[in-house]
Amino acid sequence: MVQAAMTGTPTNTPGTDDDLSTTPSTEPVHPEQGAALEIRGLSVSYRTRGGIVRAVRDVDLDVRPGEVTAVVGESGSGKSTTAHAVTRLLAPNAHIDAGTIRFGRHDLTTLTEAELRTVRGARIGLVPQDPSVSLNPVKRVGEQVAEVLRIHGLATRRSAPAEAIDILNRAGLPDAATRARQYPHELSGGMRQRALIAIALAAGPELIIADEPTSALDVTVQRVILDHLQRLTEELGTAILLVTHDLGVAADRAQRLVVMSQGQVVEAGPTRDVLADPQHAYTRRLLASAPSLATARPRTPVAPPAQTGSTPLVEVRGAVKEFRLPRAGGGSRTLRAVDDVSFTLHRGQTLALVGESGSGKSTTARLVLRLTDATDGHILFDGEDVTTARGAQARHLRRRAQLVYQNPYASLDPRFSIGEVITEPLRAFKVGDRASRLARARDLLDRVALPASTLERRPAELSGGQRQRVAIARALALSPDLVVCDEPVSALDVSVQAQVLDLLAELQADTGVAYLFISHDLAVVRQIAHQVAVMRAGRIVETGAPEDLFTHPRHEYTRELLAAIPGRRDDHDLRTRTA
Amino acid sequence: MRRYVIKRLAQAVGVLWAAYTVSFLVLDFLPGDPVTAMAGAGMDSGQVDPAQLTALRHEYGFDKPVLVQYADYLGKAVRGDFGDSVSTGRPVSSTLADALPQTLQLTGAALLLAVFLGGGLAVLATYTSRRWLRQLLLSLPPLGVSVPTFWVGLLLVESFSFRLHWFAAFGNDGLRGLILPAVTLAVPTGAQVAQVLAKSLLTALDQAYVETARAKGAGRWRIHLRHALRNASLPALTVVGLLVGQLIAGSVVVETVFSRDGLGRVTAAAVTAQDIPLVQGVVVFGALIFVVTNLVVDLVYPLLDPRIVVAPGRKAVAV
Repeated sequence: MVQAAMTGTPTNTPGTDDDLSTTPSTEPVHPEQGAALEIRGLSVSYRTRGGIVRAVRDVDLDVRPGEVTAVVGESGSGKSTTAHAVTRLLAPNAHIDAGTIRFGRHDLTTLTEAELRTVRGARIGLVPQDPSVSLNPVKRVGEQVAEVLRIHGLATRRSAPAEAIDILNRAGLPDAATRARQYPHELSGGMRQRALIAIALAAGPELIIADEPTSALDVTVQRVILDHLQRLTEELGTAILLVTHDLGVAADRAQRLVVMSQGQVVEAGPTRDVLADPQHAYTRRLLASAPSLATARPRTPVAPPAQTGSTPLVEVRGAVKEFRLPRAGGGSRTLRAVDDVSFTLHRGQTLALVGESGSGKSTTARLVLRLTDATDGHILFDGEDVTTARGAQARHLRRRAQLVYQNPYASLDPRFSIGEVITEPLRAFKVGDRASRLARARDLLDRVALPASTLERRPAELSGGQRQRVAIARALALSPDLVVCDEPVSALDVSVQAQVLDLLAELQADTGVAYLFISHDLAVVRQIAHQVAVMRAGRIVETGAPEDLFTHPRHEYTRELLAAIPGRRDDHDLRTRTA
Repeated sequence: MRRYVIKRLAQAVGVLWAAYTVSFLVLDFLPGDPVTAMAGAGMDSGQVDPAQLTALRHEYGFDKPVLVQYADYLGKAVRGDFGDSVSTGRPVSSTLADALPQTLQLTGAALLLAVFLGGGLAVLATYTSRRWLRQLLLSLPPLGVSVPTFWVGLLLVESFSFRLHWFAAFGNDGLRGLILPAVTLAVPTGAQVAQVLAKSLLTALDQAYVETARAKGAGRWRIHLRHALRNASLPALTVVGLLVGQLIAGSVVVETVFSRDGLGRVTAAAVTAQDIPLVQGVVVFGALIFVVTNLVVDLVYPLLDPRIVVAPGRKAVAV
């Protein structure tokens, strides 16, 4: 099956003319020519309690100097395991069963641990996934960059600090000398990722493995980081193995695309060819469900008649929320997380709050749900002022307004059965008896398209998408008027994202529930919202119908956000392709 | 920073006051009073002149209302005067001061042994890639915690003093006399340090930054000592702070078993003799040592982990 897919598309044999045209200023970085990294027939398995899991099966993959090869796939596809197998940074229970990983003159699968240490960091750099946890919290940033040079004997104790600053500078960290003296927690996510890029680049490696390097970052930051990584590697002729779940990112950045599913390569070839003419059904499905690429496929549901006459379900007037910051030297300061925010949300409609982290969108939602007190302004729920609601009134509000959290892995009590999870709101409000509650749970599961047998299972036995369906069922248990969805799909794989969004739209059509939908992802918002409010630094900078916003963004920041969506660099091409 | 220290000092004073007050109340509720005990200990006949007793009670202030006694004693205690020992007649403060050096030697040595042996064991157990060795090393701490201190002491004396004649079994005879009691005292303490440090080392080694370090080409030893150990040392440090209290308590048993002079023996004697001023002095003094150690521990935290900022309320900003 792999072979069929591979031969069906142009395989990456070295020396095609495409190769010459994309390798910039072909200074022969590798005189022996060909790929910087050549993986053949790689198989990796994990020994687990439940038996042996074959995570990677017979994978072939090439990365060439000065080129980006992207490995795309969903979680569990084996893409990360493949990438980590290169430098043999695998979990202790992982085992490379077969295959070769040729890098320069070595076969990395046969090197000893000591030999590998001379390759890691020096000749192969790794940019890890989550910048918030990948730097040692108790060491200064400069020290951590200098460590690479010290380990590989590229700098002395004296020269290392200055060189580290230099490298940080090159990695695009502003004011590198100051940053080098700071600790990771004093840097933003984007700055930390730059520091990690500096660590990866420090020794001037021939290959960089970037494992989801930007998926934990805001879109605008993501773009800047990727631009920078790309420019650096083009200048230096470094090869990049980019692992990503985001087809948009891959489409923008990679010359070559390798699509993985269930441990196998299902399709590989030049990015343009794969996107233009996907051979494998899985690639086509991935393309269709990638929200950032689906620009030609807005799914905006039929807008219900504007209910201008009736009372809006939620009305927020000039809401302000301030947080007190710790005193630093001078007097006390406050942070205006939400600054004079006003909007209305009607029954059966979806209002999306869009913005980056720190823009105040989640705090706004918490104000509406009365999970936090407003500093100023008014919040009306169904015409009733709930700004300072307490006791019975707040409890009444809780019953009518529910919440779906971002992370379905954390928001379900692992000790509850799914039945208990879904019926908990009913028990809390003493609705019905045992039997009727169970019947309701069964009905809700049916609505979110899960089998009734799920009732007896535990959250750990479900996939991320299934868990989020359970969370939605729980939110709907009390038949609320409003459901606040806080990034409900951002922790899910793209194809699952599409299913969950479809489900939300369907449920809205059936029950007339209103959604306050929080997201950093404009592409997702476009598929579900009737109204979009773009937030920045606590303020709403622009509101409008999603189509208007996408085609005629008025505010500078909206334009910036739109431009940062991955998969839009070749917008016209992609549009015609995915149509 | 200064605000933080002041706040912590104020807390420390609060703890000391509470220790004093609780010990005062407990001792006040005990049946019998020290004067009777003293009189009973002095004469075998039990024929004591009631007038004499009254005079004594008046001298020690036991005839005053409880609250007045409390205020009197507290006022003096603040100035370091805990009165005179009922059984020996010497001032409590000088009794404690005499006993202190011996106990400091003992507990200090025990603490060093506990930290180095316990810490070393934890580092070794988590470093080794031999499964059997790791299992063996990790099974030692629970054993060390569960065997009784006096039993360990007797065992050591039996083998090293009586059979091998390496160390002195009794007394305060310099280093030779110090080693066995210090080891005895260090066993349960070091075991707890090892348990906590091994656990947090394993947690630290699982963190993403360790993978970053591996990707840099760092060797295992470097990763273990330079990356994981510092991150893992915080919980262990907390435990060490708490264990100091346990060491002082342990010195009662150890000093008795090894017939060493020191605070522990003073405590044991004072309790047996119902020597209330002395017991109270010991309690407050123990609390003082405990509070000071934990203050030091708290001040060391920010040096080990820069994320611990000595300013309150750094949350709720995340949106």
